[in-house]
Amino acid sequence: MTPISLGIFASANTTVGTSFESIATVSVGSGGTSAITFNSIAADWTHLQLRGILFNSSDVQLIRLNNVSTGDYSSHGLQGNGTSASAYDQVNNNRLMQTGTALSNSTSPYTFVLDILDYANTNKYKTGRMLHGFDTNGGGQIQLVSGSWRSTSAVTRIDIVPGSGTIAQYSHVALYGIKSA
Amino acid sequence: MAAGATYEPIATTTLGSATNQIDFTSISSSYTDLILIFEGLANGGTNYPYFRVGNGSIDTGTNYSRTYILGDGSSASSGRDSNTSTPTLAELLTTSRSMITIQFQNYSNTTTYKTMIVRTSGAANKVEANVTLWRSTSAINQIRLAVSSNNFASGTSVTLYGILSA
Repeated sequence: MTPISLGIFASANTTVGTSFESIATVSVGSGGTSAITFNSIAADWTHLQLRGILFNSSDVQLIRLNNVSTGDYSSHGLQGNGTSASAYDQVNNNRLMQTGTALSNSTSPYTFVLDILDYANTNKYKTGRMLHGFDTNGGGQIQLVSGSWRSTSAVTRIDIVPGSGTIAQYSHVALYGIKSA
Repeated sequence: MAAGATYEPIATTTLGSATNQIDFTSISSSYTDLILIFEGLANGGTNYPYFRVGNGSIDTGTNYSRTYILGDGSSASSGRDSNTSTPTLAELLTTSRSMITIQFQNYSNTTTYKTMIVRTSGAANKVEANVTLWRSTSAINQIRLAVSSNNFASGTSVTLYGILSA
């Protein structure tokens, strides 16, 4: 069978409209950072998506909303470590969810996609869903996690905070807003 | 803070006949991430499609690895493939359609290796997620989907999207 090669047809870059918008981006430079923060998030969209790659000197990354670090969060996760699959839950926790341990080297990134639905609705608790993981050619982890923040406040801030150490150089995180009709 | 429309279709195809390989070439480096969405079937036998990437040419070496988790309706399991030249996507069936999504994060940077998040959904057999590593700091400007035996069936559709960041 003849393989099909698709060149780039859309040189004009046909867009799908302004329903998926870039809000802000953080690229971590030399020396790292103590946190990645997206602040003053407007209520202009329906959902938020956070996408990125992370490096860390030693530890997990904690994801918090509106700078809240009290026990108003809970989460459930399904994870695979390359050997076995397992499930976990965290209740009355101080973060929406956490990543696995990011890598100390600068070449194999930890990657994630986090969705926070109906983030600006003041009648609902907030729910997030994240697919994340890393591979090191002999090690690694893949996780699917859902997290809940028991607050009806609109989300106006998202923090990624290392459990210890710093978020290292070459980490790159972008926040997007998704509009509904 | 909004920078306008950021989720753009780059290229798409719906197969008019069966084929064993689909390539995306000359991918612009102007996006931050890429998303590839596959929906389709195999046209016979047992099929395990895989994907490869490259810069200027497709990397056919054993420079890929992956960690996966899957559920097959009876149990959940996890495994790993190291030093592989064919990072597997999913078992593709001939009658029940499958969906595959591949997220290429920061695909055009020339500093880090490339990590991709893969989700596969085959309603008749398995659901799987994996993270695949390409051990190269080169930017990705080519992507290949392929099957080792048999073909992607006619009617299979594949679309590549680019996501811009601020």
